[in-house]
Amino acid sequence: MSSAGAEVNGHFVSLRGVSKRFGDLEVLHGIDLDVDLHQVVCLIGASGSGKSTLLRCVNLLERVDAGTIVVEGQTISGTTKVDVNKLRQKIGIVFQAYNLFPHMTVMENVTLAPIRARRLSKSEARSRARELLALIGLNDKADEYPDRLSGGQQQRVAIVRALAMNPNLMLLDEITSALDPQLIGEVLDLVRTLADEGMTMIIATHEMGFARECADKICFLDGGVIREEGPPQQIFSAPREERTRQFLERVIEAGRM
Amino acid sequence: MGQLVHTFFSPLDFLRAVPQVWSGFQFNIKMMIVAEALVLVLALFVAIVRGLPGRASLPFRAIAVVYTDVFRGTPLVLVLFMVLSFSTLNILGLSSSSLFADGVVALTIVYTAYVTEVYRAGIESVHPSQRMAARSLGLSYTQTLRFVVLPQAIRRVVPPLLNDFIGLQKDTALVTIIGVTEAVAQANFYSTDYFNASGLTVAAVFFIILTIPLARFTDHLIKEREKRERAQLV
Repeated sequence: MSSAGAEVNGHFVSLRGVSKRFGDLEVLHGIDLDVDLHQVVCLIGASGSGKSTLLRCVNLLERVDAGTIVVEGQTISGTTKVDVNKLRQKIGIVFQAYNLFPHMTVMENVTLAPIRARRLSKSEARSRARELLALIGLNDKADEYPDRLSGGQQQRVAIVRALAMNPNLMLLDEITSALDPQLIGEVLDLVRTLADEGMTMIIATHEMGFARECADKICFLDGGVIREEGPPQQIFSAPREERTRQFLERVIEAGRM
Repeated sequence: MGQLVHTFFSPLDFLRAVPQVWSGFQFNIKMMIVAEALVLVLALFVAIVRGLPGRASLPFRAIAVVYTDVFRGTPLVLVLFMVLSFSTLNILGLSSSSLFADGVVALTIVYTAYVTEVYRAGIESVHPSQRMAARSLGLSYTQTLRFVVLPQAIRRVVPPLLNDFIGLQKDTALVTIIGVTEAVAQANFYSTDYFNASGLTVAAVFFIILTIPLARFTDHLIKEREKRERAQLV
């Protein structure tokens, strides 16, 4: 594998030989991954295959043990010179459990980071937040607390909270896994809108139908490595690897595709 | 029986003792207010230091741990005598000419150790995913603490914190042993002057009147929280 070329190639995000272990457990075992501008990459694979860890490494919520991560030409791994707060302002992440701030209203959730980290004025932040809330049809919930919202609404607010920082990369970590089936659609619709607008995204997901329709590239993670990657038609219709085939068969059996 | 009632509940002595005990009780109230204000701020500071990340802050964390261990384990009465002895040494001009100040210092030292643990429990009760979410938005460690962790933590610890303050209010009475003429001292003066213990009853009534509103308020807060948490489950 080309391990030295990470800083010279033209990809928006580039991972080379990324490894991460928690104690005795090696979660990532030499990941190579390239994501181009405006590309939507879906990570699929069983629970525990390292999808979440991979996303967290990209915005430095986890530090890699080996390998390099380059974002927008800047090497962010293996150095302490990167301003993590600045970096994270450009990389939005949304979690499975929404993680909204329960003591703040929807409006406060969405404007906190723009005001404190981006130093926007309160009125600028609020008007931007209102635009975004209008986009998801939740303007009337601006002054509600998160516990008054449905799971789907909370997750859409979480996405909007990340968008309010004007990120140029979004990481979505199984954002529909905690939702009731009837609420999944409204969240995926929002993600589709983002994809249509050209947002660069890395999405860990169990929603194979969504991945097939929305992704430019599918990566199948297995045992801490990317076992197979390719365009959705190829991965879902003609997987080359036996492990990929087995995984997809199990998914189909479980009725998830 | 009549003797007992007369000794503790003589109406005449009760009324006569009220102004005298009240004059002392004002010291208790002042000590309580000053000590509680100091404890609120200092304990939060110590709790934050105890939670600092990284190896560089290890010595500070260690100091905070030793402090809480030592002063939660030392009886307040001992600390009072120690503060008194320290201030008579007049080191670095730190002598306080006032026993009142010595009392406040001792109460603050001991209760800061307790309340630090209360704050710490609150901080640790905030789920790590909240910090992660805040940091992932680009907020710094300090901003995360200030806007996300502490507001949630403090809300949760208000009831146990008020409980500790009820303890502090009563412990202002202990300051009598270093010679502050507060309510208990005055009550005791009265009983020895008039051979009647009703003054002590007066002091007891004062302390009870002071703590009951706080106790009810604490109950109220706990009930409110239970209601909220039940509502979240539905």
